[in-house]
Amino acid sequence: MSGPAPLTTDQPGQVASATPPAPGWSRRLSDRGLAVTFISPALLLLLAMSVFPLLWALYLSFTDYSATRGGPAHFVGFENYIAILTSAQVHLRAWTTLIYVVGAVALQTVLGFSIAYLISRRTHGRGVLTTLFLVPMMLSPVVVGLFWRFMLDAQFGVINSMLGSLGLGQVEWLTRQRTALISLIVVDTWQWTPFIMLIALAGLTAVPKYLYEAASIDRASEWFRFRTITLPLVWPLLLIAVLFRAIEAFRLFDLVYILTSGGPGVSTETLSFHVYKVAFLGFNTGTASAYGILMVLIVIVLAQLYLRYLNKLKED
Amino acid sequence: MAVSVDEAVSTGPARDHTPSARRLGGRGRSVLEVALLTVLAVVMLFPVLWMIETSIKENRDVYAIPAKFFDFKVTLDHFKDVFASSGGGRSALSVSFLNSVVVAGVSTALATVLGVPAAWAYSRFAVKAKKDQLFFILSTRFMPPVVVVIPIFLMYRQVGLIDSKLGLILIYAAFNVPFTIWMMKGFVDEVPAEYEDAAMLDGYTRLQAFWKFTLPLLLPGIAATAVFALIFSWNEFVFAIFLTSSDNVRTAPPAIAGLIGGTTVDWGLVAAASVVFALPVLVFAYLVRKHLIAGVTLGAVRR
Repeated sequence: MSGPAPLTTDQPGQVASATPPAPGWSRRLSDRGLAVTFISPALLLLLAMSVFPLLWALYLSFTDYSATRGGPAHFVGFENYIAILTSAQVHLRAWTTLIYVVGAVALQTVLGFSIAYLISRRTHGRGVLTTLFLVPMMLSPVVVGLFWRFMLDAQFGVINSMLGSLGLGQVEWLTRQRTALISLIVVDTWQWTPFIMLIALAGLTAVPKYLYEAASIDRASEWFRFRTITLPLVWPLLLIAVLFRAIEAFRLFDLVYILTSGGPGVSTETLSFHVYKVAFLGFNTGTASAYGILMVLIVIVLAQLYLRYLNKLKED
Repeated sequence: MAVSVDEAVSTGPARDHTPSARRLGGRGRSVLEVALLTVLAVVMLFPVLWMIETSIKENRDVYAIPAKFFDFKVTLDHFKDVFASSGGGRSALSVSFLNSVVVAGVSTALATVLGVPAAWAYSRFAVKAKKDQLFFILSTRFMPPVVVVIPIFLMYRQVGLIDSKLGLILIYAAFNVPFTIWMMKGFVDEVPAEYEDAAMLDGYTRLQAFWKFTLPLLLPGIAATAVFALIFSWNEFVFAIFLTSSDNVRTAPPAIAGLIGGTTVDWGLVAAASVVFALPVLVFAYLVRKHLIAGVTLGAVRR
């Protein structure tokens, strides 16, 4: 840092001051004007539709406002937050959400990476295979939820029908507490394994061929090649995919709504679904807002992590 | 890497195999891998195939126990029911499909018109606190929809946007703008700024340079980005169900979900409606398959 540094930093400043300011000034000014006119409409829409509602929610989170009762909102301080953070109900939902997020994302990662690995080893039909595998990801959660509700139906669902013809017992997939959460994880995995697969495949195809060639000249074992070449190079990208999926899974609502509606009991009630119940069935708008703000905080932390890894990846 | 390759030399056993034995083992492995891939592909695609099959089955085959895989009568009645109501005229479902077309189309156009110039500006100019702005923009996209919908619901009730297509269009546009900016910024970064500089030396203004030289080069990227925004708006459910209630405003996802409200569910109709609803998405997804990675990660990761 010390030593020759001041010398070199002085130079550009002198050069800059030596250039004639007039044309540069006018151009920079018009550029700034252009940037403002181009950026501000988009930012205004975001402010109106995201920031303003969120600030409103922040305000409501400190009140006892109820959307149905109407009337004035009374300021209650941190009461809503304390109520949520100390509620045994919310703790239970947090566990359900955690089990669901960890279970689903872990399954997807293993499956998605395996499929990507298998596809990357094929020379023919790679494009067709990839496209076919991607279909679930493109479908609306509503359609996916309905598909699976139909297939998992205890009486005439095709899954139980197949289990039956194999001589296995029937399972009440969506109406038993434990199997309902498993079903949710399975369906989410079905829909989002292609996502991990897609990212992993991009990483796998980007691994330079000469590394493998060098390894095969040295007759390195398959496992060794995988462990020392493939995995370290794909890992950063895979980690981003995992983070992204974790954020998405954490805020999941539609699939739960369609597939199980949180039931049976509260066995599949995630935090997202619980917020909805507090807000739209219980009409405790103030409490729901506090709840939402807490969830947003978690998402922002996750998003920060996501971006940090992203920047790291771009620097490499 | 060099170190690990050196280590590889010492992992001996593989060397002892004769070439023919190794090739045979390789072929066995490859057969196993193809078999595994086939099984996985069947498992992944089965639900979709089952839905398509259900949509062309007669009701009594739909509810058959055990499930019928092959010998069933093909009928297009369910598809007819999707579009025409039993009393003649258009069905509520077909109206909702039309609403989806309008809402998804207009919101995508709006997001594109607002997002593309912004992306260009972020890519070309030194904007104050650019990184923070971009992070803020991206973070709005990560908000849990069920959380955002509470204040949006109150806000819309206040200004009379509840149960209106305009309300949905605005919120979808707001959700797609971050995506459009992030994805398009990547595309703009790939177009050399020198093109615009050269045009400006020729006497064009900055705006003209953007309009005449950069924009045409961006068109494929804009198309891909718009298709992703379209898919998102088309599939969206949470805002659609909480911000609309009447049949003539409601989009397709809540309308299809509404089919399972009663005590008995007409699964044939649900299947047919789902198939009709999913078809455009699959076509669009095929069109943008090259940009899938950028698209599904909000343009943050490019291939």
